[in-house]
Amino acid sequence: MLSTYTYPRFAYRAPPELGQASPRRVPLVVVGAGPVGLAAAIDGALRGLPVLLLDEDDTVSVGSRGLCYAKRALEILDRLGAGEAVVAKGVTWNVGRTFHGRQEVFNFNLLPEAGHRRPGMVNLQQYWLEQVLVERALALDAIELRFRHKVTSVEPRGDGALIEVQTADGRYRLLADWLVVADGARSPVRRQLGLDIEGKVFQDRFLIADVVLDGELFPVDRTERWFWFDPPFHAGQSVLLHREADDVWRIDFQLGWDADPEVEKQPERVIPRIRALLDQQGYGHVGFELEWVSVYTFQCRRMKRFRHGRVLFAGDAAHQVSPFGARGANSGIQDTDNLMWKLALVMKGEAPERLLDSYASERQEAADENIANSTRATDFITPKSRVSQTFRRAVLGLAREFAFGRALVNSGRLSVPTTHRDSPLSTPDEDGFAGWMVPGAPADDAPLAGAEGGGWLLDRLGRGFVLLVFGAPGLRLDLPLEVVHVGLDGAAAQRYDARPGTAYLIRPDQHVAARWRRVDAARVHAALARATAQETAA
Amino acid sequence: MTNPTHLNTEPHFGIPGERYRHAYTPGDDFYEMLIEGHRGLSDEQSELMNARLVLLLANHVGDLRVLKEAIAAARGGVEESSGV
Repeated sequence: MLSTYTYPRFAYRAPPELGQASPRRVPLVVVGAGPVGLAAAIDGALRGLPVLLLDEDDTVSVGSRGLCYAKRALEILDRLGAGEAVVAKGVTWNVGRTFHGRQEVFNFNLLPEAGHRRPGMVNLQQYWLEQVLVERALALDAIELRFRHKVTSVEPRGDGALIEVQTADGRYRLLADWLVVADGARSPVRRQLGLDIEGKVFQDRFLIADVVLDGELFPVDRTERWFWFDPPFHAGQSVLLHREADDVWRIDFQLGWDADPEVEKQPERVIPRIRALLDQQGYGHVGFELEWVSVYTFQCRRMKRFRHGRVLFAGDAAHQVSPFGARGANSGIQDTDNLMWKLALVMKGEAPERLLDSYASERQEAADENIANSTRATDFITPKSRVSQTFRRAVLGLAREFAFGRALVNSGRLSVPTTHRDSPLSTPDEDGFAGWMVPGAPADDAPLAGAEGGGWLLDRLGRGFVLLVFGAPGLRLDLPLEVVHVGLDGAAAQRYDARPGTAYLIRPDQHVAARWRRVDAARVHAALARATAQETAA
Repeated sequence: MTNPTHLNTEPHFGIPGERYRHAYTPGDDFYEMLIEGHRGLSDEQSELMNARLVLLLANHVGDLRVLKEAIAAARGGVEESSGV
């Protein structure tokens, strides 16, 4: 099938529950072993939960799907023990260039400052990411991964969900205390439960071609994202180019709504398009083989609520975006980052169930932000009305001359994490702070000095709640959490606007819960209670 | 055109006093408002709306030196562009 990748086949095992009269009671079931379900399972296991992960297939993602993993997702993958493998196998990049015709009109750098462990983006084919995550999951005893176990029905109950599973050897039933649904955009579970997912369908078609080049357009250590509006080799439409692992390159051609997907997928149609790109960009000497071709349309939509009692939806099952901005898999992984620490506290009886309402509200807010950015990019890339086409043309023209025009060119605003400014889990500031580490923000990474233990700040955060204290090594508080001391000389102090005694309470998902210029145990206890939904809103 | 001396051509969108985590956000906010503002209009209606919008903004700016440079900058790009 693919010349650069051999699909693994994971072993199916007959379930021990076959033929049992009553359903087996289990604490937690995750449906779907894509990137999101695997991340949920691994996170749950690392937080001490036994996880039963069900997938209808016995291999990884087939063909060309998710590709770009943003800094925040990489940081989460680091916490899950999979970041290094993804970065090592993938292609790192930070710079994107946007061209109009032959001329560059805009560029961006996703990581303009040094002192971060992870880059702005790593490109890696989804099947490689899933393979890394499956290997990680299989190494964790707390996860039981069942391949070719297809969930055929879910019946929500007050104390969990009754799940029916089909295998080659027959059906069996599970009674899960909690169910995480990560079964993808078509989500059979969501459909079977009759839950709505609403939004906007874009009337355009895109050809996606993964090709193996026998040369390169740029060296792997200077990888960039290239986007063209109206290039000479594909007049009137847009084209996006990415470098992937294994000398594979992805090229997306906008085709227009009237294109026939079956016709456009044929090699005799695809090959000349790619040849024209290479020839007209000065790579006439570079040859290629087709690796994967498909034609897609897309939608921007989300479920109204991600939590339905003890059934929790995550990833594409809950929300979908256009591919411009790499906000699909990245936001799905962030869903699980947000969900699993809360679920672990609730399942262990250390927080009330309503803590999970904040999963829904925070990640619905994130989905709205992703959908808004993705919709704006798509509206700019595929303008439909005459007036929106005229404005687009005006922006691209002005961008050649004026900085403000370049700022309006939108070929995709790439995935960044949401700051939950109004989260019910956050304690409002009492003190003044500069910078962006506001309550609800994802904690910035920074290198630590040798005296601080070296390594990276984010490696010290995320197992549970952490109190991050700056410039007060003698501070002793009687607190039921880990305290991490950092000095005032490094990038961390600057990014967190720290002075002697500044303290941040960091959630297990590495988001800021509270911060103070002067901290005491009572304040931290109150903020912890709020961040775990122990206190009811006033 | 020669560099304008009165017309601000640097990115300038935003609400005064508001901080933006990502520099592109206020410009994208504006562009969405602009395109949404035209939603549902015929081409002819959109043309009229654009003219009204130019006049409203021109009056708000007021400074004839700025407006003169803006007109020149806008026209220059139109004459250079090839159609399409």
